[in-house]
Amino acid sequence: MIRFDYFRADNVADAIRAGTPNHAAFLAGGTNLIDLMKENVARPLELIDINRLPLRQVTELDGGGLRLGALVTNSETAYDKRIQARYPMLASAILAGASPQLRNAATNGGNINQRTRCYYFYDVDTPCNKRTPGQGCGAIGGFNRNHAVLGTSEHCIATHPSDMCVALAALEARVQVEGPEGERTIAFADYHRLPGDEPWRDTTLRPGEIVTAIDLPPEGFAANYTYLKLRDRRSYAFALVSVAVGLRLEDGRVAQARIAMGGVAHKPWRRAEAEEVLIGREPDDQVFAEVADALLAGAVGQPTNAFKIELGRRAVVRALRQAAAGTPQSQTDKRIR
Amino acid sequence: MASQPIAELTPAELAQRPIAEIATHLKLNGEDRRLSIEPWTTLLDLLRDKLDLTGTKKGCDHGQCGACTVLIDGVRTNSCLKLAVTLDGREITTIEGLGQPGNLHPLQAAFVEHDAFQCGYCTSGQICSAQGLINEGHAHSRLEVREQMSGNICRCGAYTNIADAVLQVLGQEDRK
Repeated sequence: MIRFDYFRADNVADAIRAGTPNHAAFLAGGTNLIDLMKENVARPLELIDINRLPLRQVTELDGGGLRLGALVTNSETAYDKRIQARYPMLASAILAGASPQLRNAATNGGNINQRTRCYYFYDVDTPCNKRTPGQGCGAIGGFNRNHAVLGTSEHCIATHPSDMCVALAALEARVQVEGPEGERTIAFADYHRLPGDEPWRDTTLRPGEIVTAIDLPPEGFAANYTYLKLRDRRSYAFALVSVAVGLRLEDGRVAQARIAMGGVAHKPWRRAEAEEVLIGREPDDQVFAEVADALLAGAVGQPTNAFKIELGRRAVVRALRQAAAGTPQSQTDKRIR
Repeated sequence: MASQPIAELTPAELAQRPIAEIATHLKLNGEDRRLSIEPWTTLLDLLRDKLDLTGTKKGCDHGQCGACTVLIDGVRTNSCLKLAVTLDGREITTIEGLGQPGNLHPLQAAFVEHDAFQCGYCTSGQICSAQGLINEGHAHSRLEVREQMSGNICRCGAYTNIADAVLQVLGQEDRK
């Protein structure tokens, strides 16, 4: 870890002022940033500790939604009674990720800003366009089991590692940010980027901007939802493929559908045309297969991750079945039904 | 040198620039400790290297094994991923604060009784994590204990006995 200056910010304005230079970084729970600093992947010269900012509340929004403060921990969020009752898909996704210790430290703002766990990004002795622009990509043609099959570019095939973000994408959350030019709201679909020609940019956050809250809209799909996560071991591992589903059923037909996938792209993967396949239809495996085909159309595998395409297809069908039946995946009993 | 903008310094100047230690007050195992800490010191390194509390173990140093688990305000956390300076005013409990030879914590006694370790390297982390699990109150069955203890890796594979020990103490707590 390189030597750095350390600041404790007492209010958002001070934090933004101190955090605007590109050699500064905000520190919240630290579960990802401190790790990246130990590996010399992140090398901030100034660390702005934002843990004292007043962003630790979950509050009701006018019109029925909930506002999650950026510094509320992942554990506090997942076990919040309102989240469990109204947004069980989000609680389930959070509890599918990391370990209890990490969830106790990790914050909501930090979760959506975490970096990829691509092995090449983490290993400074290998090339990575995300870490060092123009260096090349070690994962393309390398070992790429946890890499993307959708929305990749010739410069980067990294995946976004978050479980929580997959549920936030399905819920169409909104990210509240504040920066040198004031406050703005970013739709969740616009928050994370595909790698394109600038794989070093994970999000659309601008210099000095800080996430203050994540807003959940009123519809939480609490009756028909699931978060299904497939991984190399049953707990404490990143997703190979995951699927968040929220359905609203009326008279046995699908009135509204949200489907997001994790582990397959540089951001939570959604496609409007895949969700539209379900509208007005009775939920059955035939329809679910059409949805999976639409969601995964154009997927391209690498030598050691091509299995994700068929795995993803089957996971989408299984997750839709779980959601339609009102039998969501348990994050304790990991058997998949 | 302090007045010169940091971005204008050469790498050599950056490496040499004076960086202040940060006054940090911790309540550590019930004792007030007023410390002056370099910003890059993790809680784990502070405990082991500066305060001679070597019960907390360094396994992976990346939040992947749980050997460094301690309680911060009663909440279990990986001490390898916490900078000590960020914990000003917080209460830290390590394995040394839970129990001592001759006055074992119920979890320590249960681990001995159930032979819940072989090499013992992960044990302090397992026990601090188990105390955190009990404080959190989300685990009651064996399946829940196993899932809720999954942040602590045991290379010797003593998981069955670890779950037995935790369930025994959990049962005593639930009856209280």
